[in-house]
Amino acid sequence: MSTNEMSKTLGPDGGGGALVVGWKANRWWIAGLIVLAVAPFLVYPIFLAKILCFALFAIAFNLLLGYVGLLSFGHAAFFGMAAYISGHVMKEWGVTPEVAILIATASMAVLGVVFGMIAIRRQGIYFAMVTLALSQMVYFLALQSEFTHGEDGIQGIPRGAFLGLVSLESSLSIYYFVAGVFVLGFLFVYRVIHSPFGQVLKSVRENEARATSLGYDTDRYKLLAFTLSATLAGLAGATKVLVFQLASLTDVTWQMSGEVVLMTLLGGVGTILGPVVGAGIVVSMHNLLAEIGSVTTIVQGLIFILCVLVFRRGVVGEVSAWLRRRRSTKKHPRAG
Amino acid sequence: MMEILGIPAPVFLGQLLLGAINGAFYAVLSLGLALIFGLLNLINFAHGTFYMLGAFVSWLGLRYLGIDYWTSLVVAPLAVALFGIVIERTMLKRLYDLDHLYGLLLTFGLALVIEGVFRQLHGASGQPYAIPSALSGGVNLGFMYLPVYRAWVILASLVMCLVTWLIIERTKLGALLRAATENPDLVRAFGVNVSLMITVVFGFGAALAAFAGVLAAPIYSVNPIMGANLIIVVFAVVVIGGMGSIMGAILSGFLLGLVEGLTKVYWPEASSVVAFMVMAVVLMVKPAGLFGRNA
Amino acid sequence: MTRESLLVLRDLQTWYGESHILHGVSLDVAEGEVVTLLGRNGAGKTTTLKSIMGLARHRRGSVAFGGQETVHLSPNRIARMGIAFCPEERGIFSSLNVRENLTLPPVIRDGGMSLDEVYDLFPILLERGGSVGTKLSGGEQQMLAIARILRTGAKFLLLDEPTEGLAPVIVEQIGRIINVLKERGYTILLVEQNFRFASTVADRHYVVEHGRIVDEVSGNAVSSNREKLEAYLGV
Ligand SMILES: Nc1ncnc2c1ncn2[C@@H]1O[C@H](COP(=O)(O)OP(=O)(O)OP(=O)(O)O)[C@@H](O)[C@H]1O
Ligand SMILES: [Mg+2]
Repeated sequence: MSTNEMSKTLGPDGGGGALVVGWKANRWWIAGLIVLAVAPFLVYPIFLAKILCFALFAIAFNLLLGYVGLLSFGHAAFFGMAAYISGHVMKEWGVTPEVAILIATASMAVLGVVFGMIAIRRQGIYFAMVTLALSQMVYFLALQSEFTHGEDGIQGIPRGAFLGLVSLESSLSIYYFVAGVFVLGFLFVYRVIHSPFGQVLKSVRENEARATSLGYDTDRYKLLAFTLSATLAGLAGATKVLVFQLASLTDVTWQMSGEVVLMTLLGGVGTILGPVVGAGIVVSMHNLLAEIGSVTTIVQGLIFILCVLVFRRGVVGEVSAWLRRRRSTKKHPRAG
Repeated sequence: MMEILGIPAPVFLGQLLLGAINGAFYAVLSLGLALIFGLLNLINFAHGTFYMLGAFVSWLGLRYLGIDYWTSLVVAPLAVALFGIVIERTMLKRLYDLDHLYGLLLTFGLALVIEGVFRQLHGASGQPYAIPSALSGGVNLGFMYLPVYRAWVILASLVMCLVTWLIIERTKLGALLRAATENPDLVRAFGVNVSLMITVVFGFGAALAAFAGVLAAPIYSVNPIMGANLIIVVFAVVVIGGMGSIMGAILSGFLLGLVEGLTKVYWPEASSVVAFMVMAVVLMVKPAGLFGRNA
Repeated sequence: MTRESLLVLRDLQTWYGESHILHGVSLDVAEGEVVTLLGRNGAGKTTTLKSIMGLARHRRGSVAFGGQETVHLSPNRIARMGIAFCPEERGIFSSLNVRENLTLPPVIRDGGMSLDEVYDLFPILLERGGSVGTKLSGGEQQMLAIARILRTGAKFLLLDEPTEGLAPVIVEQIGRIINVLKERGYTILLVEQNFRFASTVADRHYVVEHGRIVDEVSGNAVSSNREKLEAYLGV
């Protein structure tokens, strides 16, 4: 019963509505790319790059919550650990950024398989608790092991040169690099969601028992989705390190796991654009409130409460519901 | 000097005692968590916050109102229970028909707000709370020195757990609670006000957490984040024990405390993650948990 | 109807989420009567009982009990007016033993059976008092499910398919019990698919189809209406 409710409340497929196939859809893609290309001339590029990294993180998370109905409360483990690994190989091994990202992302795929195999043994709220506990293990490992430099983190990580050719030292070049990674990640998730595999995931979310009776090995689908999500979260973390040149404990804490939940919830669970919008809002809020002690935490908590009580569809979900309503009243003007 | 398994006895037993104390807190917290989960289908992320509030109410009471430890032991849980009841009536109540994940998200937000407010007001550093004079000092048992307060914490937690267990397993009220956990609608159809029962149980769970907080105040310093890190370990405890069983929650709490204590002796680096490692192993071997009934 | 109606349903409509299940059920049950709801699987018999009890919350129309409207009330309030419910799946609690199961429903008013009277009627429950409720056989569980609502003082019983899946001897026993209850002044609304059984205990029968009452047959007219009823029930 609860799974049914979840599909209704957690997964309005709204945001995707704007991105349907066909030539009309291409207009939106092109518009999006132009916005990405022009934005750094209007807004501070590092700030934008930060938003894009978190947006990718949230997209990865949403793949799991919005399309499989699994709430991971431990995604910071992948985000943060990938940051450490990519920072470490950049700084200590001196590899180029794309190689560092590949190594870190691949490592998170492995970690994703391991954690996934443990976590999918329990459903629903248990899944959330298990992922949280597993990520706390990663936090303590990061706190204690040598390569992470404990409380100090890995500092002064060089950005290097893309393919050894194009230096990423300038704000603008790192921005475009991040934007490129983001677009690839976004496209990938978009394709996954609209593939036959994505359809199976949705049917698992809506009614797992039925999916099983149709002959799908739902555990395998869930594991694959978890691994993809972990890998992409790793990609986001590995990329973020290049922007800030720092890998620190912040990125592996449970607070960070909570933050990505907040971004997705606020933007709209189960929508394509929701996580991007949510990341934009939360990152901006951080920048605004950074100076005022614990106020950020309090505001975040309040947003959580508000979202859950009155705003469950999130920004994108609400907007697309509003658009749908408007369209349908236009099509069927009120009789009499 | 006497040795146990290659470790000097006082060191070994000292760590075991520390483990038992942590275990006592785990047990009381996971008991409340399991009770709430059973009836409300809610993972209460704010459970650690209630624990912190218990300690803080006790500290504030002593500092500003001169309320002593013994009074606090009753007043703080009552105050936190009242707070919990208000939360349940005003917010959680609206979520019962929705996916259970929303309850987790709401209580997570609540924990952020409350801990943020206390950090803002009191800073992140700890406030000391003196051990009440009747429980200060210690006794030399010959093979180790036993601080009286620590013995008291273990005893008080054990008694609290057992009393709760007896109420649930042996009384009429407990039978209603068990029945409502299984099939709330049918119990409603018998004329029982299950909504009221839910409110009371949530309040009671909050009170249990606050009780543990008051017990913890003289041992750990009182600070706004004392509950946040603890609750994640308690989640692991709950997964290990399996939510289905009250006794399971109690036993696995104490058990895990002891395992942590032993790990501190033999492999100190792993002591902070051992709970999660045990959880992972249990999940692989027996997904429903050690005492769980269904997966 | 000569006697005064205890329960009156008028145009009762019920929804589960988006699906509209009851499309206007109207029926009367007089005090002391045994009335059955007959109908095929999925016709809406259980939903009717759950709507009376308030367990199917999204309902509209009128459900008057003892002259008082109950359609806005919660299940516990409705139960306290003197209605007791025995669910189709029997609802024996696995975390309670037989004795606990039996004494679980609180006594809501005087006039219910004492525990001794219940044990007289269901001796097996005394014998198995200490065992886990769900370890009983199907027939014993059904006895327990009926027995536990007799203590509460409620005089109006909703019994949902008490004979489903049980051996003929046990069905017979349940029939005897229903007749005893009737003699003691209980009013019973009984859901049945087995109209042969229903005809041995009931005064009247309603036929439910697609969430509506489509026919009413009095108890003594069952044999003359046999073919019609068989067609309704698809037997
Ligand atoms: N919880 C529910 N949610 C949605 N639909 C339901 C629910 N319960 C029952 N239904 C639907 O309502 C209709 C009526 O069901 P109901 O249980 O009242 O039938 P019934 O007459 O008691 O059948 P049976 O003889 O099989 O017990 C059925 O189509 C069923 O699928
Ligand atoms: Mg039925």
